[in-house]
Amino acid sequence: MQLRINGTIHEVDVEDDMPLLWVLRDELGLTGTKYGCGIAQCGACTVHLDGVAVRSCQTWAVDATGADIRTIEGLGTPAALHAVQAAWLTEQVAQCGYCQSGQIMQAASLLAENPSPTDQDIDDALSGNLCRCGTYPRIRAAVKRAATMMQEG
Amino acid sequence: MGRLKTIARRTFLVGSVAVVGGVAFGIFTVRKPHGNPLTAKAGEAVLTPYVKITSDGITLITPRADSGQGAYHVQAALIAEELDVDLDQITADPGPPSPAYWNTALAAEAADFMVPAAGVMHTMAEGAVNSVMKVMGLQITGGSTTVPDQFEKLRLAGASARETIKAFVAEREGVAAGDLTTRAGAVILPDGQKIPYTDLAADLADAEVVQDVALRTPDQWRYIGKPMQRIDMLAKSTGTQGYGIDAAVDGMVHATVLMNPAQRGGMADYDASDALAMRGVQAVVPITGGLGIVADNTWRAFRAAEAINVTWEEPSSPPQQADHWAALEAAFTPDAQDSRKRDDGDVENALGEGEILTAEYRAPYLAHAPLEPVNAIVRVEDNRVEVWTGTQIPRFIQANVSRITGIPADNVTVHALMMGGSFGHRLEDEVVKQATEIAMQMKGTPVKLTYSREEDMLHDFPRQIAMARLRGKVANGQVEALDLGIAMPSVMASQLSRQNQSAPGPDSQIVSGAWDQPFAIPHQRVTGYRAPELAPISSWRSVGASSNGFFYNAALDELIAAAGADPMAERLRLCSDPLARQVLEAVAEMSDWSGIGGQADGSRTGRGVALTKSFGVHCAQVIEVTDTDNGLRIDTVWVAAEVGRVVDPVNFENLIQGGVIYALGHAMNSEITYAGGVAEQTNFDTNPGMRLDQCPAIMVRGLENGDRVLGIGEPPVPPAAPALAGAIWAVTGTRLREMPFSRAVDFV
Repeated sequence: MQLRINGTIHEVDVEDDMPLLWVLRDELGLTGTKYGCGIAQCGACTVHLDGVAVRSCQTWAVDATGADIRTIEGLGTPAALHAVQAAWLTEQVAQCGYCQSGQIMQAASLLAENPSPTDQDIDDALSGNLCRCGTYPRIRAAVKRAATMMQEG
Repeated sequence: MGRLKTIARRTFLVGSVAVVGGVAFGIFTVRKPHGNPLTAKAGEAVLTPYVKITSDGITLITPRADSGQGAYHVQAALIAEELDVDLDQITADPGPPSPAYWNTALAAEAADFMVPAAGVMHTMAEGAVNSVMKVMGLQITGGSTTVPDQFEKLRLAGASARETIKAFVAEREGVAAGDLTTRAGAVILPDGQKIPYTDLAADLADAEVVQDVALRTPDQWRYIGKPMQRIDMLAKSTGTQGYGIDAAVDGMVHATVLMNPAQRGGMADYDASDALAMRGVQAVVPITGGLGIVADNTWRAFRAAEAINVTWEEPSSPPQQADHWAALEAAFTPDAQDSRKRDDGDVENALGEGEILTAEYRAPYLAHAPLEPVNAIVRVEDNRVEVWTGTQIPRFIQANVSRITGIPADNVTVHALMMGGSFGHRLEDEVVKQATEIAMQMKGTPVKLTYSREEDMLHDFPRQIAMARLRGKVANGQVEALDLGIAMPSVMASQLSRQNQSAPGPDSQIVSGAWDQPFAIPHQRVTGYRAPELAPISSWRSVGASSNGFFYNAALDELIAAAGADPMAERLRLCSDPLARQVLEAVAEMSDWSGIGGQADGSRTGRGVALTKSFGVHCAQVIEVTDTDNGLRIDTVWVAAEVGRVVDPVNFENLIQGGVIYALGHAMNSEITYAGGVAEQTNFDTNPGMRLDQCPAIMVRGLENGDRVLGIGEPPVPPAAPALAGAIWAVTGTRLREMPFSRAVDFV
């Protein structure tokens, strides 16, 4: 089947029900998307499907065909950061950093939909993304900073 | 040994060795008593490399494992402070990665520092508190009487390297060394010409190392104490940070394990025919206690594991949770007494008459559950093994892989990779042992073993289960007597047994965070009781203090309440250590403390306070909770900690906030319970921790009144649960004596 990931078409030969997570990680080597729980409890595997944040561990490969799939690698790069990534860098959010790809993808999706989220909006959107290191205060600050940056262009 | 200590403590000698393409500077340590380490024969003196300069760049060797606490960053900053390199110019490397470098004489000593391992765990078994900090490697540890201070050593290595470079350039250019300056990784000549260190790399190997360099004074520091950009932040904000689970080696296969779901159970029989017929499945091989499933994709291995029928043997651990608690209840006996490190006044006499207050407290098993499940790549060849994994114990791994394969440890290379969290989880190496067993059955093929989350939680060696009993007395509105007994199995004995080592003598972790608290209660006794090992257990962030900080503060709170006193005021009155007093005063001031509020004031908002001294750090917290219509909401946490020196205020704040969140999340809603020997919680649905919408505001202050530079990864954990329990008591009138608190109350 064909998957369009970060603007590039990839031909993959996998089972229909292989989770997109494992297509990305093991078939295509896109390891920025993380495995944490496998049951949509942690959010580490969050990617965008047509701009909407989804858990790639619960998304069958076949259901992602035809969609525009975006992973952390396609959101921005170290040389050309997305505003959310720039905010993450400025606020120095990460500790171990393992959950942060998912947090950033979730935040980017929220801000695309809601450019000026309230504290409650941020809590609602990101509470499905677990951070075992406990970087939540910085995640909140970074989402707000990113919102400001994006509005200021 | 006396001689060795004298040399090590009086002077750190900096040395250099040639490495491929350049030179490495580091600290000499003497392995045997020896008059002059610089003339020691090979094997008698070795170098711990910290600074490597080659024509390709500058690498700062940051030998403490990084599980997310910024250890690489802080170590690099200490070296850079003296070496005059910018943090964005350097590469931080946890250790010699290539065999050519690893297999030099440098390796053994480097491993000692990467590993904290054997020496440290031995020391830990002997009761040295400092050792656990080294194992966990959080911020920078120091101040031990036997271990040279890392805070000084890293800077000294940087300073000696800088002065050696200057001396070399001065001679070559015919100028005075004093006329040279250094900046941003280059020597600057009097005429302004810059010579990058990297251009000098090849020539420096033979240069005589400059000793006796004076370290810069705090007013000259560029990095220490100032907010820094952590060196791993860009990679961790862009998905480009590689963790163990992301590593790939040519020709690699993907594997998982299917183990007896019970701890310590074996396998009687299995039928893998269905699994072997599944797409991509290459092999199902028996390993100790279960099976390795090898496929061409991790998910295919996971799915194949589910298709195997196994007959498991009965586990040797007590099957039911109630059996575990019963074993602890039965351990409060003179025969099981492990230590009585505090016995002030006359407790028996004081408790002999009048009204005695008694209470019993419990702390459950807890999974470490870092978000990255454990994993390892192992390739076994005829006389050589390579291991890629995120670990805090590479040297134990070397030894264990050598034992399993029969290949000499010198031929076992361990690549220590970035860890997606640990909290103590990666002080164990079962995953490497299993990957090695699988890889031995397919020689030459790199086997990448990844645990499913369920296997990771089922087979975590959890935090100790623990119980405490209080007898106490109050008089004239004051706490008069506190007699606290604590029973738990020995974490150190369990952990060391898996490394084929024993832990002689009392286990100080059984009473850590309780016996040495800075409160001068007239009659005070803390007794440790050693319960038999039940489930295998392991060090969990702050180890013994993680349960004992709760026990001690909760017990103290009950006595203070019985005395009719204020928990802050009575703690301050009892406080016997000026550093602790300053910490308490700091949180009182930060929180504008004026009492516990809550029911007594007709308010639905109330407060608790706790202070625990652990790992040498006094950490106090005030927590404010509101009893909302939807459950208890934690509003704000104020934290103060005495660490001697805050190396990086940003990282410091982040680590304290994270420690508080880790502690509160577990106190709120997490536990591991066993049924039929099997953990009943196997994923984050039943073992959730704290989520963002439950996260309070956390205000942090670092105090620098002490003269020792101390680590901060663990000390925020112990006081959080009791401060929360105190606040819940203020708003509900209910004393919570058992974690997790969700057994008794609801949180929003």
